[in-house]
Amino acid sequence: MTDQQKPTGNHWLTMSRRSVLKALVSVPVFGVFFVEFLRKKAGDDVKRRALLAELGVTESGPAVIRNAISRPPGKRIRLGIIGYGGEGESLVRHAGFAHPDWIDEAKQNHDEDPRDKELETYLGQDDLNVALTAVCDLFDVRTERAIAASQVTQRPGRGAANPPAKRFKRYTDLLASGEVDAVIIATPDHWHSRITIDAASRGIPVYCEKCMTRTEAEAVAMHDAVKRSKIVFQLGHQNRQSESHQKAREVVNAKILGPLTLIESTTNRNSPWGAWVWDIHPEGNPRTIDWAQFQEPAAKRVPFSLERFFRWRCWMDYGTGLSGDLLSHEYDAVNMILGLGIPKSVVASGGVYYFKDGRDAPDVFQAVYEYPDRNLTFVYSATLANGNNRGLVFMGHDASLRVSGALTVSADGESTRFADKIQSGTIDPSRPMFTYRPGSKGIDAVTSATAEYFASRGLLYTYRGGRRVSAYHLHIAEWLDAIRNGGDTSCNIDRGFEEAITCHMATRSYLEGRKVTWDPVARRIV
Amino acid sequence: MPWTPSPRFQVGTMVALRVLIGWHFLYEGLAKLLNPYWTSAGYLAESQWWFKGVFVAIAASPGAVTVVDYVNMWGQVAIGLGLMFGLFTRWSAIGGIVLLALYYIAAPPFVGYTYPIPAEGSYLIVNKVLIELAALLVVLAYPTEQTFGLDRFLARKTSGSIPEPLAPAVLESTGHD
Repeated sequence: MTDQQKPTGNHWLTMSRRSVLKALVSVPVFGVFFVEFLRKKAGDDVKRRALLAELGVTESGPAVIRNAISRPPGKRIRLGIIGYGGEGESLVRHAGFAHPDWIDEAKQNHDEDPRDKELETYLGQDDLNVALTAVCDLFDVRTERAIAASQVTQRPGRGAANPPAKRFKRYTDLLASGEVDAVIIATPDHWHSRITIDAASRGIPVYCEKCMTRTEAEAVAMHDAVKRSKIVFQLGHQNRQSESHQKAREVVNAKILGPLTLIESTTNRNSPWGAWVWDIHPEGNPRTIDWAQFQEPAAKRVPFSLERFFRWRCWMDYGTGLSGDLLSHEYDAVNMILGLGIPKSVVASGGVYYFKDGRDAPDVFQAVYEYPDRNLTFVYSATLANGNNRGLVFMGHDASLRVSGALTVSADGESTRFADKIQSGTIDPSRPMFTYRPGSKGIDAVTSATAEYFASRGLLYTYRGGRRVSAYHLHIAEWLDAIRNGGDTSCNIDRGFEEAITCHMATRSYLEGRKVTWDPVARRIV
Repeated sequence: MPWTPSPRFQVGTMVALRVLIGWHFLYEGLAKLLNPYWTSAGYLAESQWWFKGVFVAIAASPGAVTVVDYVNMWGQVAIGLGLMFGLFTRWSAIGGIVLLALYYIAAPPFVGYTYPIPAEGSYLIVNKVLIELAALLVVLAYPTEQTFGLDRFLARKTSGSIPEPLAPAVLESTGHD
């Protein structure tokens, strides 16, 4: 007789014992599930806690994230921009003044790909309470663009439109005008020291793009001038604001990696734009460009050249190529994480191997720095003709730390410190024992290969409380906060001096084909 | 003479199928709940095929992703418990079919589509998601919960009627065709 045939009535209490047992058939299965689930969870928890206790780090964000703004911005700061090319426009935008064309383009990009959050990020920036009051650029079209940006209404905080920025043909007039409280310098490198030194003599705070200077002598002079004047100075290494880099410093300070002997840092790009073959503006000509002024501080004078004006990084007359452009970022990241300072010596090599377009700045470049006091070598390796992302890796006897947009720590199979845990299976050297991925739930598209490269290195975006913010914006905000409220900037003139000298050592080694060393007493490269 | 499985064997395998799928759903849900870093954003962002636009838009919106993640995690837990215990089984199975269909259409293994997250096996059109979906259709088609599940108590309490004939009768009759 089956259960269904039994006259059981209309309530389960009247069911036969056999029917009840059948109905509850999966309860033992659930019991097994529950016990095994708790066992697995308890095991995982113990393993994770043991590991984190052993490592001395937390899973959460960096313990101390510098808040870019210590107090709401009080007094309005009048900003001047000197050099409104690609980088200058970007910096001004991150200060709160995007050019209307950029806003239209960002809107269109978002419509085409909803993952593109550039506009949302821009409008979500803190209102830094600044006005763009003065502009100096040697190309008329760019000057006009800066003036248009200074009056933009669609911006963070959505304040009323500001009056148009005043135009200055020479930066010295801009500094003397009384129209600015602080200046952003985003000219080619050969102008940096001259403008900064003049600003410092007037007590005007400076935000200066990297590389800090083009030459060693300029770096020494600029360091002295800024120190003497005590102006608030920030060098444009926005990766200082990256949450990944701050977390990496925590990992290094916790001494998880063991004796650190090798740091490998790399740049791989594979596009003309990434190799400084930037657009030549159709309106660029000897009438719209002040060529004579452009090459005033240059090592040698040459006839008017659109290539040299718009693609200046390709020539050593105006910059130092890979050394000042990308090695400088990589070095500063390592310097921030380890506090390395200036190396004892360097050997550098490379050449113009792919972009044979008349440039003299190498497109393949390697530098090997020695830090005998720290018992380590820092290697930088770059090519502008291959996109294989090799990352930034800190190699210690006990573990390796890989830093990119995310951060990964993997134990070394032959580690002394972790030997017991590797043997007991608590640590598997073939898998990361610790990863940290800053960011929010939700994803952001990065638009180009170069943007992706920067994002992976923490140069474009970082996260604060799960919200995507631009590292540029935080870096500018930190500088403005120091101007208003005192305190130091994270990439101050001392860090800048270390960056400049370290880069110039590699440049000199490359140019002279020999090993060069740093004399810390005489403060010069020998 | 062809082998004819016994009704007991047929019912047993059907119950086992239901409980095992329930186990899988329950653990998938709990594993996500316990991982504070888990999010469906990565999966959705890499979506392909006709519904790419919708899934990518969800992935790009932190608010939408939070809702989707929440519904997905708790949905899996509820469906898992339902299938395992045979409670609200029909709705659990339908819910499971809907979720699996969404996973499938978000990233179907069609010719020409590649995904950055590597699959653990080799799939062409049919993958494990689709097979689990089909298995849930079977669970829906051959209900066992009226006898081997908590639905038995509900059915008696709410309808007062004797439960419908069980799947084995159907299976048996088809088995003899």
